[in-house]
Amino acid sequence: MAEVVELGKRSDTKVREAAWAAAAAVPDPEIPVVTVADLGILRSVDIDADGAVVARVTPTYSGCPATRMIEQMVLEALQNAGFGDVRVESVLSPAWTTDWISNEGREKLRQFGIAPPQKTSNSKRALFGETVVNCPRCGSAETERVSEFGSTPCKALYRCKACKEPFDYFKCL
Amino acid sequence: MAKGNILFTYLLRLADDHLILSQRLGEWAGHAPTLEEDLALTNIALDLIGQARSLYSYAGAVEGQGRDEDQLAFTRPERDYVNALIVEQPNGDFAHTIVRQFFIAAFMVPFWREMEKSGDDQLAAIAAKASKEVAYHLRHASEWVVRLGDGTDESHARMVEALEDLVMYTGELFEKDPVTDAAIEAGFAVDVSALEDEWRQTVEQVLGEAMLALPEVGYMQTGGRDGIHSEHLGHILSELQYMQRTYPGLTW
Ligand SMILES: [Zn+2]
Repeated sequence: MAEVVELGKRSDTKVREAAWAAAAAVPDPEIPVVTVADLGILRSVDIDADGAVVARVTPTYSGCPATRMIEQMVLEALQNAGFGDVRVESVLSPAWTTDWISNEGREKLRQFGIAPPQKTSNSKRALFGETVVNCPRCGSAETERVSEFGSTPCKALYRCKACKEPFDYFKCL
Repeated sequence: MAKGNILFTYLLRLADDHLILSQRLGEWAGHAPTLEEDLALTNIALDLIGQARSLYSYAGAVEGQGRDEDQLAFTRPERDYVNALIVEQPNGDFAHTIVRQFFIAAFMVPFWREMEKSGDDQLAAIAAKASKEVAYHLRHASEWVVRLGDGTDESHARMVEALEDLVMYTGELFEKDPVTDAAIEAGFAVDVSALEDEWRQTVEQVLGEAMLALPEVGYMQTGGRDGIHSEHLGHILSELQYMQRTYPGLTW
């Protein structure tokens, strides 16, 4: 009996790993160079008691228009990977923070031309302090904020004084 | 009032505040003084609509009558709306929009921070997200207050006028009534009267930097929480609700 349980467990882990891989590869609809896993939007993928795959996602900003699209894309990715019984749940708590963006995700953002967020978003200083934002193109620290809100709620608009290029900065949250 | 009713009414008030303010800010789309500001105001509106959606969805679930966020937003008549009067005040010139935004954001920052301690898990979760977002709203409004107040004679004069026009709507934000009393008693609400000192401190500090002052106010306008509104709400709702009123249940 013990061996059967062991086998069951092992295959559960494999199923969960395959499901995670399928969901994790979903690109962010607004910044397709990063995945929902890179951004920390995909919180977990589990198999529930009835064998259904349950993916949990969390919104970045309350009003992020991509939230519903992401839920739909994760659902479809799991279905396309061959999982029949799939559920995508939205979880609000704990609240998403830019600290959950992986180092790999940060590097992808930078290469895409978006300055990645500073860490330690839970300190008030990161929200309000005059942080130095390096230009994602030339690396210069000589940058200035043009607008608190950029092309999406999660980004601010900056300008590099060295290379004169405007760029987006992924704000701390 | 049963506890469920109190929670429902409490959520509805909050949701209405956010929806109506969002609708007002959305009116600036394509009309703001600069492209960056157009994006800023509409992005703030987007944050507010997201907060409103979370609140309406939760309110609908609490009510248990099968009403969802859309039905709560699009089918209630004016008298059933229970937002504070300040959020429905017209955009006016840019100074009026900024002062309204500044007064409200300076309130929302401590409000959502305190709400994170709510005994209601769902409200606490909504608060945890919202309090990060409103921090940016306050910074945005504060920077404009300083820029306009300490700007030209014209911008300064317009800010003075906007402050005088809007200050009488701020008292309502700190009002308590049987609903809020019962909600506080039940452990899920914020005692807004305790936030007034902090609000005043924030407001006076920024206004000081802006070479402006908070005007003395003889009396405060009130009534929104009981559904008694200024002439403006009906016009907002006619635009907001017209599609669902004309084609009930329409989806796309
Ligand atoms: Zn540069």
